[in-house]
Amino acid sequence: MTKEKTEKPVLTDEQKRIRRKAIFNRYKAWLYLLPAIVILLIFTVWPIINTIRISMLRNYDSMQELGGATFEFGFGNFAAVARYDKFLTCLGNTMLLTVITVPISTMLALLIAVGLNSIKVFRKAFQTIFFLPYVTNSIAIGMVFMTMFQMIGRVESPVSLGIINTIIEAFGGTRVNWVNVGSNYWANIAVLSIYIIWNALPFKILVLLGGLQGVNKQYYDAAKVDGASRIRTFWRITVPLLSPMIAYVVITGFIGGFKEYSSIVGIFGESMGPVGNKGSLNTMVGFIYDNIQQNQGRASAAALILFAIIFVVTMINLYVSKKKVHY
Amino acid sequence: MKVVLEHLTKIFPSRNKKDKNAEVVAVNDFNLEIPDGKLIGLLGPSGCGKSTTLFMISGLQEPSAGKIYFGEDDVTELSPENRGIGLVFQNYALYPHMSVQQNILFPLQNLKGENRLSKEEMLARAEQVAKLVQIDEYMDRKPAELSGGQQQRVAIARALVKMPRVLLLDEPLSNLDARLRLQTREEIRRIQKDTGITTIFVTHDQEEAMSISDYIVVMKLGVIMQTGKPQWVYDDPANLFVAKFLGTPPINVFTGRVEGGSLYIGDEKVLDVGDVEDQEVYVGIRPEGFILDAKGGLSCKVSGIDVMGRDISVVTTNENALSPVVRAIISSDEMKNVSGEVARFKLKEHKVFIFNKESERRVHFGAQIAAHEKLVAEMQAEGQAYTTHEGALPREADDKEKRDAPVAEEKKGWLAKLKDLLPKKKAKGAEGPAEEQPAEDKQEDAGESREQSAPENPKSEE
Repeated sequence: MTKEKTEKPVLTDEQKRIRRKAIFNRYKAWLYLLPAIVILLIFTVWPIINTIRISMLRNYDSMQELGGATFEFGFGNFAAVARYDKFLTCLGNTMLLTVITVPISTMLALLIAVGLNSIKVFRKAFQTIFFLPYVTNSIAIGMVFMTMFQMIGRVESPVSLGIINTIIEAFGGTRVNWVNVGSNYWANIAVLSIYIIWNALPFKILVLLGGLQGVNKQYYDAAKVDGASRIRTFWRITVPLLSPMIAYVVITGFIGGFKEYSSIVGIFGESMGPVGNKGSLNTMVGFIYDNIQQNQGRASAAALILFAIIFVVTMINLYVSKKKVHY
Repeated sequence: MKVVLEHLTKIFPSRNKKDKNAEVVAVNDFNLEIPDGKLIGLLGPSGCGKSTTLFMISGLQEPSAGKIYFGEDDVTELSPENRGIGLVFQNYALYPHMSVQQNILFPLQNLKGENRLSKEEMLARAEQVAKLVQIDEYMDRKPAELSGGQQQRVAIARALVKMPRVLLLDEPLSNLDARLRLQTREEIRRIQKDTGITTIFVTHDQEEAMSISDYIVVMKLGVIMQTGKPQWVYDDPANLFVAKFLGTPPINVFTGRVEGGSLYIGDEKVLDVGDVEDQEVYVGIRPEGFILDAKGGLSCKVSGIDVMGRDISVVTTNENALSPVVRAIISSDEMKNVSGEVARFKLKEHKVFIFNKESERRVHFGAQIAAHEKLVAEMQAEGQAYTTHEGALPREADDKEKRDAPVAEEKKGWLAKLKDLLPKKKAKGAEGPAEEQPAEDKQEDAGESREQSAPENPKSEE
């Protein structure tokens, strides 16, 4: 008797159909996501895992691996990278450029955005001018910058000084060897910083201007009635109200700064330094590229170190902005 | 502090430079003297220039012509912070990133030189003002954590903390729900009485203005229609607009005529009006001006009764009424007498206003003449000039015609005209200009609508 009761009831076709539909409904989200998931797995997740794997294999070579070779497992690559002189140079250059360019470009972008927001005449024209770098190729612009700073001919008796030095001399200054043979490291960094800042401005202006246009004009009227000076209004009203955008711009700026590479290639070429001082301005990403050919394990390890640095810096950024951002 | 406005005028220039007629006269030759320590309500429909007037008094907008005096000082050229005003914005404009305390302190922190207070003094002053508006419990909250009414009070506190000579409120209650509105308007009245600061507030809600103002200023299309104590203006409207604008439920307006000393609505003689010239008129009858009477002169078709407790509102129709329904408010005891299809009414003389049909100005008759003179005398005794609009009354229709006609023409830009000239197929081929056209149209539309809303919300102009 009891056995009969526990037996599965026989389902009618209709009930079966309903049950199938319920199962389909439960999993249909996954079905729709499948193409995206597959693409992500192939092009994002697997490369990350593979990079981690490769970074832990000694003298890894993909060709040899295809041939069936196996590699010794260990953390030697990381140790080698960290001990590498060139790596420390690259790390230093990257940090220096980031620390110089991110704050300056953010401040400049903020000022320009506020300026653009407050003018009516020529606003569109100025917007276009400021956004031009955003749509031009950074290598091409780098070459233009190089010609602006470069002297042609022998350093002692150049044929052309380059436009920047011509201007400096026109105002009675002494010319600087910006990028030529024997140029000073700090002169190089100055040129790079100017270029990177200029290149980073448009995106930041775009974001900040968008933020500014979203700020209710009445706050400014209220501030006027409350007797706040322009500078006080800027610091007490504009900056706090824009703080979410500023935080975003700074965080993305740091991330972009740590991945700096193309600007150096644009100005100094693949030698990553002025003639006669090859690699003196190399960056982390440059280091990774250099190593891909010779030692993929080491390149992977360097990439992971870069990732770790960016991760930590971003966490710090987020932590700070949580305290300072007002929304 | 007495506030005097002399010939104040504000003209918003036309957005469309080609079309000079599109400029908007938001405030037109505005003359007003506001006595010290009073609460004044600027009242009018949307776009009548009341907010513009307020912003000109605040200094946020520059008058196109005219002078503003605070006491004996000409402040027309002064910037807002030097005028000694407090301004409460319609949506409060509290700084969202500052706490209540920081918001209230902000105006004090901006003071410079001798006026600068020590930190303790600032805190004490903020505390004092916060107590006045009863917000002192919430000093550490951010505006987003406060209710509408509380935000409103913070805004008032921020406006008061510098001890302004004049307090300005722009639609202070319009963002509150009905219950809070009632409570807050009492609050504003109390604060104004406690501080004795001359206060000007702007509203489109006549009930609000009537209930708390010492004086109201009724405006239409940038022009003062009438000023005076709320009850006076209600009892003795100078023209049809004022009569229609004040009172809930609104006044019932009929077309009628005066003939041989009698007032006729349709063919029915409703009232004796004595020595009034024969003329076509509008007749305004306040809802409370009806007396149910089988022998009454005015007959209306009954379509329903709204019960309101103490009173009832008899909803009727009359073919000579300008509105679809005529409302008569009578005592609920009379309800049993409302029977059948037609109700007949006798009218209370002092609740019936007649207006010349041409000029829409009030025509006083009978006992109203004496009553009117008495009111004017009373007003003058109080030092408040009785002001009504002189000359031709501004009319919506004229104004609209003038504003719309050229714009409508202009909307068809040169590209559209060019396109009209081209044969249809060719216009299709020339895709560039054809595509541009709708965009330009849109832009002009936007400009136009902004222009029309300019008097209502003038800051969007900046």
